[in-house]
Amino acid sequence: MEKTVNQKAWFLVLPVLILVAFSAVIPLMTVVNYSVQDTFGNNQFFWAGLEWFQDMLSSDRMWEALWRQLMFSGIILAIEIPLGIFVALNMPKGGFWSSFCLVLMSLPLLIPWNVVGTIWQIFGRVDIGLLGHTLDRLGISYNYTQDTLAAWFTIIVMDVWHWTSLVALLAFAGLKSIPDAYYQAAKIDQASRWKVFRYIELPKMMGVLMIAILLRFMDSFMIYTEPFVVTGGGPGNATTLLSIDLVKMALGQFDLGPAAAFSLMYFLVILLISWVFYTVMVNLDKKGM
Amino acid sequence: MTDATIPENLTAGGANARPRFRVNSRAVVMTLYLLFLLLPLYWLLNMSLKTNTEILNDFTLFPKDLTFANYATILTDPAWYMGYVNSLIYVVMNTVISLTVALPAAYAFSRYSFMGDKHLFFWLLTNRMAPPAVFALPFFQLYSSVGLFDTHIAVALAHCLFNVPLAVWILEGFMRGVPKEIDETAYIDGYGFGRFFVKIFMPLIASGIGVAAFFCFMFSWVELLLSRTLTTVDAKPIAAIMTRTQGASGVDWGVLAAAGVLTIVPGALVIYFVRNYIAKGFALGRV
Repeated sequence: MEKTVNQKAWFLVLPVLILVAFSAVIPLMTVVNYSVQDTFGNNQFFWAGLEWFQDMLSSDRMWEALWRQLMFSGIILAIEIPLGIFVALNMPKGGFWSSFCLVLMSLPLLIPWNVVGTIWQIFGRVDIGLLGHTLDRLGISYNYTQDTLAAWFTIIVMDVWHWTSLVALLAFAGLKSIPDAYYQAAKIDQASRWKVFRYIELPKMMGVLMIAILLRFMDSFMIYTEPFVVTGGGPGNATTLLSIDLVKMALGQFDLGPAAAFSLMYFLVILLISWVFYTVMVNLDKKGM
Repeated sequence: MTDATIPENLTAGGANARPRFRVNSRAVVMTLYLLFLLLPLYWLLNMSLKTNTEILNDFTLFPKDLTFANYATILTDPAWYMGYVNSLIYVVMNTVISLTVALPAAYAFSRYSFMGDKHLFFWLLTNRMAPPAVFALPFFQLYSSVGLFDTHIAVALAHCLFNVPLAVWILEGFMRGVPKEIDETAYIDGYGFGRFFVKIFMPLIASGIGVAAFFCFMFSWVELLLSRTLTTVDAKPIAAIMTRTQGASGVDWGVLAAAGVLTIVPGALVIYFVRNYIAKGFALGRV
């Protein structure tokens, strides 16, 4: 759509600007403030320059957390996106069963995040949980509080359980927008199922899939509550993702300077990767118009 | 006659056989997936209807002696049920605030181009990307210093951090679908901006507003880190109160499960009301 140039539109955006300035810019400035200062208590602060940033960049702790975070986000994207598409392809196209599936699938999305954690904490316990108990009966040793692999398995299955429906719902919305004529044309050409998917469905889903990837990447990158409730970052530091580490540092140990420097770099990484996704998404939007 | 019908039946059968098989494989996939989604929820519900002795000592797939005592504990104790009230209050406040400021902004982004609009839009989105963990401590200090600590409005405002950008994003998608001629016709007919916006434009994007409200509700309802950091007693959300079940004598599993089940109910109700818009809504109006 052609947009008219109108500088007065700024007035319409003003309420959002004021609100976001209050709830984002001021707190962010506080963080910036802490990141360049040092304190010895009593609210006395000293200029520390970039010291905290250098500290954090050379600390193994941050790099390890970052590495774990990237691995976590990578794994869940690699599972959730294909699985979500697969589920969407198998969804009933309309009628009662379609709404039935939609409602049930949206259910995990509306559960408070710590309850999601609690559900899986219980579900995975060997003594009282269905999953843990069943695995134990099958003779598989499974203890997510002791064993790194089991802990990772639990938080990944939990995230897949929690969020695959979002991807599926998005992909389903994309599929529903494909006109029947496309499928009829494919039938006339005797295109195989795979070709229909590759050349009709996938390109038409691309726009919504980018939204799915963007949302899933952002949210998995700042995930805190669910893994914290299940594993508390353990065993050891095995599942200490970036946010968990940050909260530990800022609210637990009250190391304001390093935590603030950590925060800013964390934010920048998300920003950078999201910007790439966003640019791709906007370009796809333009092509679709 | 018979000669003609037999092959017809055969082909009909042959044509039916393949779709029927396809339908079945679809049903199998969906059943398996839904089973995977519902099993943990079933287990929670199952546990909430058991006594603690049964939970810890017997491993049963169905509650042996069905009890509603766990629910009774929650629904009769103000310390428990006020958590739900608190959560609902700040969630509703947040939804109203987010939509009120997001509507005009989304209109501006969808209709006009102005200086710095693209940068501004991305900057707004960056707030959706900001990890709550980064903001927990500064929020705590900011709201303490202005005397809003432990109030519902503090949590509602804090949640605006990620809900306002999202609402703008969703509404902008829906508004783009409304032809611009409608605006122009209304202005020619002598409508002022305010009257046009409320009387004509908002009904046109009613489903978009519903979807945006749904998302604000959802993300405010499920968030815990900020709401827990910003409250102590008066506005403490249910999700934070749940940690209370860890007493000296171990965890009260039955009550914990019951509290969990009760937190799912409002979400399930909201989903039921918006079920016809879910698919388009999750695509943020962009299909």
